[in-house]
Amino acid sequence: MPRRYRMSAILGGVLLFLGACSNTGGSSTAPSGSTGPNPTTICAADKFGCVQYGPTDPINLGTSLAITGANSSLGLDSQYGVKVAIALRPMVAGHTVKETDTDDGCSADGGTASANQLKADPTIVAVVGTSCSSAGVKAAEILSAAGIMLVSPSNTAPSLTDPSSHQPFYARTAHNDKIQGAAMADFACTVLKVKSAATINDGSPYAAQLQQVFATNFTSECGGKVTTQQAITVGQTDFNSVLTAIAAGKPDLLYYPIFVAEGALITQQAKQTAGLEKTILAGADGLQTPDFLSAAGSAAEGMYLSGPDLNFAGNFYEQTFLPKYKEVSGESAPISVFHAHAFDATNMIFDAIEKVALKDAQGNLYIPRTALKDAIFATKDFKGITGNLTCNPDGDCANAKISVVKVESGKFVRIWPTT
Amino acid sequence: MRIVRRLLGLHERLSIVDVVLALLRVAVVVFVIAGVTATLLKGTFTLQAWESLAVSGLALGAIYALIALGYTLVYGILFMINFAHGEVFMSGAFTAFYVAQALFRSGFLASNPILAFVIVLLVAMLVSASVAVVLERVAYRPLRNAPRLVPLITAIGASLFLQNTFRGLYGAGVKAYPSWPMFQGSISLFGIPVRVTQVVVFVAAILLMFGLYWFVERTRTGRAMRAVSENKDVAAMMGINVDRVIVTTFAIGGILAGAAGILYTLLFNQVLFSMGFVPGIKAFTAAVLGGIGNIVGAMLGGLVLGVLESIGPYLLLDGFNIPTPNQLTTVVAFLVLVLVLIFRPTGILGRKDNT
Repeated sequence: MPRRYRMSAILGGVLLFLGACSNTGGSSTAPSGSTGPNPTTICAADKFGCVQYGPTDPINLGTSLAITGANSSLGLDSQYGVKVAIALRPMVAGHTVKETDTDDGCSADGGTASANQLKADPTIVAVVGTSCSSAGVKAAEILSAAGIMLVSPSNTAPSLTDPSSHQPFYARTAHNDKIQGAAMADFACTVLKVKSAATINDGSPYAAQLQQVFATNFTSECGGKVTTQQAITVGQTDFNSVLTAIAAGKPDLLYYPIFVAEGALITQQAKQTAGLEKTILAGADGLQTPDFLSAAGSAAEGMYLSGPDLNFAGNFYEQTFLPKYKEVSGESAPISVFHAHAFDATNMIFDAIEKVALKDAQGNLYIPRTALKDAIFATKDFKGITGNLTCNPDGDCANAKISVVKVESGKFVRIWPTT
Repeated sequence: MRIVRRLLGLHERLSIVDVVLALLRVAVVVFVIAGVTATLLKGTFTLQAWESLAVSGLALGAIYALIALGYTLVYGILFMINFAHGEVFMSGAFTAFYVAQALFRSGFLASNPILAFVIVLLVAMLVSASVAVVLERVAYRPLRNAPRLVPLITAIGASLFLQNTFRGLYGAGVKAYPSWPMFQGSISLFGIPVRVTQVVVFVAAILLMFGLYWFVERTRTGRAMRAVSENKDVAAMMGINVDRVIVTTFAIGGILAGAAGILYTLLFNQVLFSMGFVPGIKAFTAAVLGGIGNIVGAMLGGLVLGVLESIGPYLLLDGFNIPTPNQLTTVVAFLVLVLVLIFRPTGILGRKDNT
């Protein structure tokens, strides 16, 4: 193990140093003898400097996930994924790894607070997060300004990796909702064969953009009619009026890719709204958690939810990941759908650290921040649980596969695609 | 002409403020008429849709009214706003959830649904009343002679304390109430399809309000409450135990809030530690709307606010092609509050001497 790390550290360091040299002209920074590149020079050349660890310090990995409140199962599930990754890979570049966990609150405010908290700690090497796109928009801004890499396991809003609004230190292993929205529209057109649909969003970037992608694709793919696109507010409990307004358009399908608290209430109230009794209900990955099933109760029966396809090929997930997940979480089964994405995000960061980390004669570890970011964006054919990941320049690293599950007898049953 | 002048609030002398207010009133009336006309002409909604909006507004309004009574009773006697009343409402419903769940699991709920419902209702009322009484004893009585702002701050503190206590005790997640088999489905009332739960909520709330009215107007304790509300010192001289009357008032407010909590779970099937905040604020609004300190005013205010929230955004804004009026529900509701207070500063049924 130590030999492997040393080799890779030196190799990575040399490569990086050559890169740094070519950037700066290469004349002033000559290698200092046979001990390898000089970390001080490289760190000084990196715009955001280096994260430094003493010979026995653990590497400090931040997380910013929705670990409290109504969406805690989404965030905790990802957090368990990070913990499994650390447990299965206890040494990174010859150091142990510790986590600094913060709460993204599944809101812009929470994302801001969490990012500021992590930014204030100079030992944070990178952050796995956020859970919610609303938090991600803010956290990406703040952390990118500080040169801290943020890799999200579950942000899916298209704007986060849109070239016009992408933050330089932001990447994700979750799918882009351009794919999820299109998949749901495809499912609605080809499997459900519905002709009209209404959508509800809660004003969050995730829901607002996802329902728009769906609406656009539903219209263009099979000429479906979008009767209305309504919006609600987070924390609202009475949806009778908005559902009555929707019922006026008599949609075949009601699509509300929102979160647990409001999603459960809409599910219950839609079943009781005159004119929506026969309407098919559909949502997305924000609702794919047992918490939603217990909050919505029997009203959720027959509902369709899109999300990442967890039908992972290979034995690793079944035989190594899941037992470890149960061990670290104490849960009998995964509580949401992004644990594998968090696992992959963590390992991507670890691989990049091993590529760029440098060591001096005293055994101190230096991780140049910009080089770490470049190494993550250079990820190519990374063998993760969720597939072979390759990052594009805008931060989309996912090998996105979307499936649709149906709620049957209080369980999520995968029904599409059939292969 | 004089009527017009009075409606616009124009008296003998005109100041700038009067003119601005008068213009504002005219602008509001024009906006409302234009909005309603445009919406009705546009015809997005059928008559049936309006009816079902009104019904759901009435059911929610009845709950607001029950909570508002707690604010208004306490204000009538102590001239203080009990801002922790929303948490009194939450505490009963939240605690009764565990009873309801136990009854559901044991099968008792399925075999004796009516009795189970009564048990859950009584538990909620009892817990809410206890919380309200303890609140009075611990947080308000020691400060009864302090300046008026002091109990207000204590009330806000008590509200935060209760919310976080319940979060600590029962967790931050949403909990789903079991549904009551006898309240499922819908019936047709005057040709309008109405959910059974809405009927139950409305009827139960009205019965409770009549009960309260009878209690205050016809019993000895009720008479004592009215006496204390008029003048504490004189009432004490007449041999009324003022402390006991105040405790009784808090207890009654708590009982009504507990009942409101269970009715709320009938409509929405769930409890959450923070569920009391928004209904609490809305009910306070309803109490002010109806004229705070006035019992009939609180009932009326609650129902009016509920219907306005439900119908208002669509009726006013749909005609202007505003895409999602629902997000503006709270805006419309509170706008109406501001307007009512501009036109009638004492609320719908408030008296001048009551403020």
